[in-house]
Amino acid sequence: MSERKINLEVLRYDPDKDSEPRFQTYKAVPCQDDWVVLDALNYVKDNTDTTLSYRWSCHMAVCGSCGMMIDGEPTLSCKAFLKDYGDTIRVEPLYHFPIERDLVTVIDDFVEKLTKVKPFLIPKQPKSIEEGEYLQTPKQLKKFKQYTLCINCMLCYSACPQYGLIPDFLGPAALSLAHRYNIDSRDGGCQERMKVTATNIGVWECSFVGACSEVCPGHVDPASSLQQMKIASTVDWYKKRLMPWSKS
Amino acid sequence: MSGSSKISNKPIIWGLFAGGGTLTAFLTPALVLITLLVAIGVAPNGLSYSEIHGFASHWLGKLILFGVLSLSLWHAAHRFRIAINDFGIRADIPVAVVLYLLAGIGTIMSVVYLWGM
Amino acid sequence: MRNPYTREIPKYTWYLRQGRYVRYMAREVTSLFIGLHAFLLICGLGALSQGEVAYNEFLAVLESPFYVVFLIVALLFVIYHSIAWFNVTPQAMPVQVGEDFLPGGIIIGAHYGIWAVATIVVLFLAGVF
Repeated sequence: MSERKINLEVLRYDPDKDSEPRFQTYKAVPCQDDWVVLDALNYVKDNTDTTLSYRWSCHMAVCGSCGMMIDGEPTLSCKAFLKDYGDTIRVEPLYHFPIERDLVTVIDDFVEKLTKVKPFLIPKQPKSIEEGEYLQTPKQLKKFKQYTLCINCMLCYSACPQYGLIPDFLGPAALSLAHRYNIDSRDGGCQERMKVTATNIGVWECSFVGACSEVCPGHVDPASSLQQMKIASTVDWYKKRLMPWSKS
Repeated sequence: MSGSSKISNKPIIWGLFAGGGTLTAFLTPALVLITLLVAIGVAPNGLSYSEIHGFASHWLGKLILFGVLSLSLWHAAHRFRIAINDFGIRADIPVAVVLYLLAGIGTIMSVVYLWGM
Repeated sequence: MRNPYTREIPKYTWYLRQGRYVRYMAREVTSLFIGLHAFLLICGLGALSQGEVAYNEFLAVLESPFYVVFLIVALLFVIYHSIAWFNVTPQAMPVQVGEDFLPGGIIIGAHYGIWAVATIVVLFLAGVF
C-alpha cells in the first residue's frame, strides 16, 4: 500500500491560553491510501502533538461522535476518505456550536432540545403486560423506519443556517425524532409534542434549505420530516379553529 | 424571542404559501412567457380585448383569475418575508405586516376588477 | 477551566459560504418575480375592466425594453421556482404504496409531466398556437 503526504490545517483552541481559535498546520503527515481523516488525526495525536483534542469512538459511522467541518463541509471524519480530498485538508470543529477545545464542541444545547420533543412512545392506550404487545405491520414500521436511523451526530445542525442564526430553533434532528414517534402507529403523543414542535422555534423556523438532508450520513432526510410536520400542524391549526368539536 | 413557546400562527399563511407555490410552479412560467411575447411585440390572438374580456366575464374565468392571482401574491409575500429575514434584515413582524398588506391589497384589487366585468 | 468560544455567523453574508446556500437564496428570491408579475397582471386586469382603449394602452406600455429585460429575468427565475419546487415534492409528500415508498423520481416526473401539459394548455388558450 502506498503512502501519501497530507497537510492538515486544524483549528486549535485552548480555553486556558487562547482568546480565539487559530489554525495550526501539521505538515506532511504520512498517510496510507485507504485512510480517512480521522486516521490522519490519530497519527498526529500519536506521533506529533499529543495535545490535539477531538471526539471519536467507533470509527465506523455508527456512534456519531467524530463530526467535523472538513474543507467547510460537515462530515463524519471516519467516513471522509483521504482519496476524496486534496493534499491540504482543512479541519474545523462543527459550525454553530461553541468550541470547548480544538475540535471538541459544546453539545449541551442539542441534548437539551432532544429531550424537549419527548422522543419516546406515548401509547394511545396504555396496556398492561398481560394484555400483550403493541402489534405493528411491516408497512407501519416502514413508514417511520428511516427516521430511526439518526445517530445524533449533529452534522445537520452544523449545516442548518437557520439554527446558526436563530439558536433557539429546535433544529433538524430533534424535530425529525419527534416526527418518527408522531407517525408510529403505536404512538398517541402527537398533540403533546406539537406544544413544542408547532411553535415558532419548532418547525416554523425551518425554511426548507434542505442542507440537513444533504449532509446526513444516515440518509434520515430531516428536511422531509420537517415539511411533513408543517403540513400536519397546518391541518391541525385549521381543524382546531374550523371544527372545534372534532378531537385529535 | 417573545411568544416562542406558543403555538405558531404561521400555518394561516403557510397553507396559502404552499398551495400558491404549487399552482405558480405549474402556471407562472407559461404566464410570464405570454407577457414576454406581448413585450416583444408578438402578442398572441387570445390576448385581444374581446377574447380576454369574454374570459374574465365568465364566472369560471373569474374564479380561475382570482385563484391564480391571489395565491401567487400570498405565496410570494410569505416567501419574500422569509427571504428578507435571511438577507439579514431581522425585522420580521414589520416586514410581514407590509408584505401581507400588499398581498391583501392585490387580492382586493383583483376582486374589485373582476366584480366589475 | 471551561471557557467555550462561540464563532459568530455573518448575518448579512452567511449564504455566500457555500453554493447550496446561494441556490437556496436564489430559490427564495423567485418569490419577488412571482409577486411582481402577479401585480403586473392585476394592473392589466384593471385596464381590462376600464374598456378596450385602456386595455390596448396597457399592452402597448408593455412593449418597452424595460419590460423585455424584466420579463426575461423573471422567466428564468419562475422556471427555477418550478424546478426547485417539483424536485422537493417527494420530500414534502412521500407516497407509500403497499410497504414501500414510491421512488422520488416518479413523483418528480409526474409533476414535470403535469407542468408540460399545463404550459401547453395555457399557451394554447392564449392563442400562441
